Amino acid sequence: MLKKLAITAVSALTLLAGQAMAAGGEGGHIEDHAFSFEGPFGTFDEHQLQRGLQVYTEVCSACHGLRYVPIRSLSDEGGPHLPEDQVRAYAKQFTVVDKETGEEREGKETDNFPHNTGAGAPDLSLMAKARPGFHGPYGLGINQFMRGIGGPEYIHSLITGYHEAPACAPADFPGNYNAVFANGGYPDSCKEYEETVVEKVNADGSVTKVTEKKEVGRLAPGSWIAMPAPLSEGQVTYADGTEATVEQMSEDVTAFLMWAAEPKMMERKQAGFLAVLFLGLLSVLLYLTNKRLWAPHKGKKIA
Amino acid sequence: MAGIPHDHYEPKSGFEKWLHSRLPVVSLVYDTLMIPTPKNLNWWWIWGIVLAFCLVLQIVTGIVLVMHYTPHVDMAFASVEHIMRDVNGGWLLRYLHANGASLFFFAVYIHIFRGLFYGSYKAPREVTWIVGMLIYLAMMATAFMGYVLPWGQMSFWGATVITGLFGAIPGIGPTIQEWLLGGPAVDNATLNRFFSLHYLLPFVIAALVAVHIWAFHTTGNNNPTGVEVRRGSKAEAEKDTLPFWPYFVIKDLFALAVILVVFFAVVGFMPNYLGHPDNYIEANPLATPAHIVPEWYFLPFYAILRAFTSDVWIVMLTNWVTFGIVDAKFFGVLAMFGAIAVMALVPWLDTSSVRSGQYRPMFKWWYRLLLIDFVVLMWCGAMPAEPPYSTISLIASAYWFAYFLVILPILGVIEKPLAQPATIEDDFNAHYGAKTHAAE
Repeated sequence: MLKKLAITAVSALTLLAGQAMAAGGEGGHIEDHAFSFEGPFGTFDEHQLQRGLQVYTEVCSACHGLRYVPIRSLSDEGGPHLPEDQVRAYAKQFTVVDKETGEEREGKETDNFPHNTGAGAPDLSLMAKARPGFHGPYGLGINQFMRGIGGPEYIHSLITGYHEAPACAPADFPGNYNAVFANGGYPDSCKEYEETVVEKVNADGSVTKVTEKKEVGRLAPGSWIAMPAPLSEGQVTYADGTEATVEQMSEDVTAFLMWAAEPKMMERKQAGFLAVLFLGLLSVLLYLTNKRLWAPHKGKKIA
Repeated sequence: MAGIPHDHYEPKSGFEKWLHSRLPVVSLVYDTLMIPTPKNLNWWWIWGIVLAFCLVLQIVTGIVLVMHYTPHVDMAFASVEHIMRDVNGGWLLRYLHANGASLFFFAVYIHIFRGLFYGSYKAPREVTWIVGMLIYLAMMATAFMGYVLPWGQMSFWGATVITGLFGAIPGIGPTIQEWLLGGPAVDNATLNRFFSLHYLLPFVIAALVAVHIWAFHTTGNNNPTGVEVRRGSKAEAEKDTLPFWPYFVIKDLFALAVILVVFFAVVGFMPNYLGHPDNYIEANPLATPAHIVPEWYFLPFYAILRAFTSDVWIVMLTNWVTFGIVDAKFFGVLAMFGAIAVMALVPWLDTSSVRSGQYRPMFKWWYRLLLIDFVVLMWCGAMPAEPPYSTISLIASAYWFAYFLVILPILGVIEKPLAQPATIEDDFNAHYGAKTHAAE
């Protein structure tokens, strides 16, 4: 009896511990980062977007595509805002198959960025909106109002999340260790197990003791991702002379990807601001109208 | 219109008389707008206008979105991005439409819970209530199918899970599910029929709304006291009421404007707050998301669906009694639809003769507990189906049913209600003081 109780207690404890670990163990912690485009008044910095475009073009585009983003939008206000002749020149580097003629031709600004899945890399058009970063406080996600949707934080954390693989992992484990990436491979040698003895009642009534192995924790956060660390110090030479640290390049390309995912953000916030202002004014006018309208029917308010 | 005595439209000019004897449409509009309305209505009575606004907003934005959307599994996701990037103001239309659905449900829940507190469902307003419940069901169907159209990961997997509910019906379930999907799995046929129905149902809702309004214009509005408007004479009725136009139209428009400030702040500054990031990933039948979560407005009923697992005694008992026909999955489906059914039947489950919860001292507490219960269920619906959430869901689900099936029937018998004001005029004057000859 006592033994049974002990087994139950151990199982319950490991279950709870397992959950606590699973909560933090899936992916690494996403650090909040103050990007210029967060909050109701946040805006894109067009110089940063231009630098980000450079990082995307010279590094990311080797494997990733931006299939939904039209090249012409690079000249949009509220975006990278490049001069139109530069955008035309930029488009020429791509070779596209013309939809009408079926023949290969030089890219034009009316084309979209190429759809690149050669290395099995995901398309980045919507990546900044397709990954949760944080969702607080208490899972309500209200902090998005000031801190943005969290996707850019995820991208930035991921790009800068490459570390030396933990010692527990075999040297030849496939992929690259990343402290933030959640869905990659994970070596068994870095998992913590709890063994519990469970009594199983067989069909004939006899009892067999079975040892159950259960994963209860991981020695290192994150997992092994196929993409090698994409950025190294000084990898690009910024046209505007900004020093190309990994942190800087990661921030820039993250901002660029946020713009790629939400190109109308500036327009949207402006419209939102106008709408709030006008509806606020309308509310005041309607309040006064309503008050005046009802006044003859109301005496002095008692309760 | 029958009911409260009031002035009716009198055609004056020759043309008006000519039209009136052929099609009394001006009379219909006049009588609808000038309907005598209890003058003590409080701010909980403004949500009807908000709902009407939402319906119009959704239909108008929806019709324009359809002009640019392509209902095909290979093109739907890309066409939504086309709307977001290439269509003039397309991003605004889409964000208004997506967040408009949330405002619609937010408003409908307040509207329903207002009715539950003030006893708006009680005789003679049962038909208004039942029609309202039909509107709510049609809204849920419309919203669910609309969420499938962008063809993101949550669209696809949400559709898979929800249509799977029908598959749980014993015997004929799989056939019904296949019939709904137009094939063995969620695919192009599903997307096309959902698109068709998503366009059709809002017009059904509009028709039901007309019936809903017709019904309560026949009985007259309920009001915070639940005391009926005096109908002995026009003079008597006018002491209790004011015409809908302009008194309540202006009041409601003011409230609507304030609510729209918040709505446009959400659309402008955090339009993806209520969406799920996974829906920005194109549907992939080969990759199941880690957690399939429905939209927030389905969460309370989703929690009830998941609460009844096979280790709950009532599920075991039902399973045994029905010789295994009703398993845990089907029980969950029955519980989910049952939760809405008991709410729809509340006019006959509430035995109290007092309408308004204001004069029901015991009811008040149970009602407040129901409000908390609803929020708890919503929270549980968003959490994974594991302890302790599964236990909390079960308790909260049990309370939902207990409120309608046990507490309301018993309360009506044992509760001693407080004194109600004799007339609406008394109630109004108690709040605002009597103003002599004001209305004359």
